[in-house]
Amino acid sequence: MLLQRVPLGIVTIWIVTMIVFAATQLLPGNAALAVLGKNATPERLAALEKQMGLDQSPVAQYWHWFSGLLQGDPGRSLVNQQTISSLTGPQVLNSAALVVTAGILGTLIGVAVGLVAAVLRDSPLDHALAATALAILSLPEFVIAIFVTVLFSTNVFHWFPAVSALPPGARPWDHVSMLVLPTIVLVIVIAPYVFRMMRAATVEALESEYGEMAGLKGLTKRQVLLRHALPNAVAPTVQAIGLNLLYLAGGIVVVESVYNYPGVGQALYQAILNKDVPTIQFLVTLLAAFYVIVNIITDVLALMATPRRRLQR
Amino acid sequence: MSVSVGTTDPVHEQGHGGAVETGKGNMRVTVENLTVRIASSKVVIVNDVSIEVAAGEILGIVGESGSGKTTLGLAMIGHTRRGLEISHGAIRLDGRDLTSLPARKMTGLYGSAMTYVPQDPGTALNPARRIGSQLREILTVHGVSKREADERIREILGEVGLDGVRHVLSAYPHQLSGGQQQRVAIAMAFACRPGLIVMDEPTTGLDVTTQRTVLNTVRSLCSKYGVAAIYVSHDVAVVAELADQVAVVYAGKIVERGPAARVFGSPEHPYTRGLLRAVPSAERRTRLRAMPGVRPELGDPSPGCAFAPRCSISESRCHHVSPVLVAVPAGSDGSHSARCLVAPGVGTREAMALDLRVLDAVDDQHEEADSTVVLQVSNLSAHYGTKKVLHDINLSIGKNECLALVGESGSGKTTLSRCLVGLHRGWSGEVRLSDEEITPGVSQRSRDALQRMQYVFQNPYASLNPRRTVGGLLLQPLEHFTKLGRRERNQRVVSTLDAVSLPRTYLAKYPDELSGGERQRVAIARALVVQPQVLVCDEVTSALDVSVQASVIEMLRDLQLDQELSILFITHNLPLVRSIAQHVAVMSDGRIIEQGGTDSVLDNPQAVYTQQLMEHLPSFEDPVRSVGLG
Ligand SMILES: Nc1ncnc2c1ncn2[C@@H]1O[C@H](COP(=O)(O)OP(=O)(O)O)[C@@H](O)[C@H]1O
Ligand code: SF4
Ligand SMILES: [Mg+2]
Repeated sequence: MLLQRVPLGIVTIWIVTMIVFAATQLLPGNAALAVLGKNATPERLAALEKQMGLDQSPVAQYWHWFSGLLQGDPGRSLVNQQTISSLTGPQVLNSAALVVTAGILGTLIGVAVGLVAAVLRDSPLDHALAATALAILSLPEFVIAIFVTVLFSTNVFHWFPAVSALPPGARPWDHVSMLVLPTIVLVIVIAPYVFRMMRAATVEALESEYGEMAGLKGLTKRQVLLRHALPNAVAPTVQAIGLNLLYLAGGIVVVESVYNYPGVGQALYQAILNKDVPTIQFLVTLLAAFYVIVNIITDVLALMATPRRRLQR
Repeated sequence: MSVSVGTTDPVHEQGHGGAVETGKGNMRVTVENLTVRIASSKVVIVNDVSIEVAAGEILGIVGESGSGKTTLGLAMIGHTRRGLEISHGAIRLDGRDLTSLPARKMTGLYGSAMTYVPQDPGTALNPARRIGSQLREILTVHGVSKREADERIREILGEVGLDGVRHVLSAYPHQLSGGQQQRVAIAMAFACRPGLIVMDEPTTGLDVTTQRTVLNTVRSLCSKYGVAAIYVSHDVAVVAELADQVAVVYAGKIVERGPAARVFGSPEHPYTRGLLRAVPSAERRTRLRAMPGVRPELGDPSPGCAFAPRCSISESRCHHVSPVLVAVPAGSDGSHSARCLVAPGVGTREAMALDLRVLDAVDDQHEEADSTVVLQVSNLSAHYGTKKVLHDINLSIGKNECLALVGESGSGKTTLSRCLVGLHRGWSGEVRLSDEEITPGVSQRSRDALQRMQYVFQNPYASLNPRRTVGGLLLQPLEHFTKLGRRERNQRVVSTLDAVSLPRTYLAKYPDELSGGERQRVAIARALVVQPQVLVCDEVTSALDVSVQASVIEMLRDLQLDQELSILFITHNLPLVRSIAQHVAVMSDGRIIEQGGTDSVLDNPQAVYTQQLMEHLPSFEDPVRSVGLG
């Protein structure tokens, strides 16, 4: 399974790089034009194109870019000729800090609340939780972000800054208070998904015949939950968590822009404004790689938690 | 009512670390007026049941699906499924009433003093955990040390015959066969040396050979450890062989109970008698008698005897007086009792005796019927991918003949039928349908060839399109295979419905409004409506209750006679073969190992495998049939 998924994932990423490259070729103008601006003379333009290799065939250009990428060199930004890795590195790190923190917290909360709701299924608390989760799922992220900001920053409690513009060069964990609001928003966004899957999978296991049988073996409710229901709830929940991480990679763009947080979302936005084609190509490829890797990891984990799929008769 | 044959085993007295206080072994279980109902609607499922089981004794609970057997069995260990509640009654385990114990105490008793063997271990074993840890757990939660648990497991695996299976402890449930899973469940149930075990249809779905091993294991463990056992089953033959005492359940009530030999040897209640007449015998070819009508709905408010609408000897008082269990014969010690107003009376015993003698051998008028071969299979070999699953099959079915193809699950029966009807293309050899050679795939077959051979599937629930009415389902093949005009088509549909004994009002019904037996009739009607020469029936009754099975089998028998139909009847059920087939072919590992006339093969089997199959059948030499009401 792993042996099939990894090559498939690599091929997927490779295809994505081609699509990304092809798409940027379709943009009007080219990189040299973007660097020189509107007043470029044809001579200077031609010289720069030659210097940047833009006079070569698209295939040769792609190959140049792709082989650089493979060696860990995504090229230079058009804006200030910095290397792209040094330019976007800190922003990628900022986003990663946000995704990891929110991912872990959202998962823990979703799993814990899901377990409680499954044990107390059909109680008023369970119904209330289900309704809340559904309400949250129907709200767009920016609305949640506004609620959170109004509540914790601007109007009710004035605990955290409403803007999370980390100073350039600062690392996110040096400014924890700036991380709080975006994290809360992302946790609120993802926890309901995990919660719902966890509750459903646990209830199914508890009400299954083997769940009933475990009780008739003399296990306490708690033991049935932990030893029999939980192992069977892992696989579907891991899948839900994987989907959530993917979703986070998209949702983060919105949240970063709301809080003016210097992450990948902002980097991409800036790059697009600047027509900084190499940076766009790099960031999009990076996101695609993230998707593929998360997918592979969740599939493999879910597979490991499902002996029936993993082992032959 | 019972004789205790329990022995005190030294193992009971030691090694429980005091975690379980109940004395185990030599336990007596008494159920008094037990009533279970649906908590929300108060609809009663088990109604006022009183019964007793002594240590070392096996009580069989028989009844058809939906009669409340499982609910009763579970209630006898104080458990109800979600949504149900014990509303009344007491369950005494050595004098202590389980219904008044707090949940914590019950948890301590489950798995140690009383255990449960589920019907389908495939779903009752946790798919995500290894067999070893699931087995060990039932011991360790009750305070047995790890070392001792491992020792006990080794011992019990030997007792259930799993010691020869490699890596059984490190396997996951799906890696074991059905029989092995069931033995694991039984090992689990006996591991803590409980005093009471409830087994719910533990051999349903197992091959006869495996069933035989499991039954022997159950019997020897019960007597070895002095366990009081309750064995729930719809299979009269199995219960007749295994149980000491029997309770027959109908619509949630016990309608007859007593020692197994009495209940099955001289049944008093009309329902018990009806049940026995529906069971095919492996020894003699008999017509099967189906009971008319269907069981009452849950919560049916009609007063009087619940069986009255289906009872052949009912009287007018039956419809308003509810019968109670009374000793039979009247005035006896009460070890045998029946819930019937009429049957225990003296006069009717004569009438019923006559009634029973009518049980007749099938008049084999068409046995020497015409010998024209309709379907001829020569050297058929089939494979899935590179794996060869059928080897050189040779068969022929004559006009008007029923050929039974028997074999255990996995022997290749269904593959053969799928090859014949064109659902599986990977085969070579020759198949001729009245002299026309047939190609492997459906797509190359002539419409005519397709029409002349029809197929009925095992599962009537899956094979009927739920969005079509019965009428629509029957018209569909007619439109596909024939050029009949509209009026003729409708006529054909109606006459086919008549042939399978369904009322015409059913034309407008949808499959989910029908019972299992009715659906199977519709499935058969859909095959018959195009007037095929050969009908391939794959385990068509295995999902049905015996009384329903009887009606389907008799219907097939009549069709075979009236409509000149040849039938390939695929089954694992040897008694059914005796009842319906003129010829039989025995299949094992993809080969036909023996074939011939039904009586000669079953009476005098030549292949070792066939001999084993016959030997391993539960020996239900039905006393009713052989000695009548002596
Ligand atoms: N948890 C439940 N809630 C509601 N009805 C139930 C429940 N369990 C069983 N029943 C109903 O009770 C009747 C008896 O069921 P069961 O005890 O399983 O019968 P059997 O084991 O004889 O087939 C059936 O009509 C079934 O639909
Ligand atoms: S009480 Fe009447 S209806 Fe009921 S079984 Fe006896 S004879 Fe039949
Ligand atoms: Mg049942």
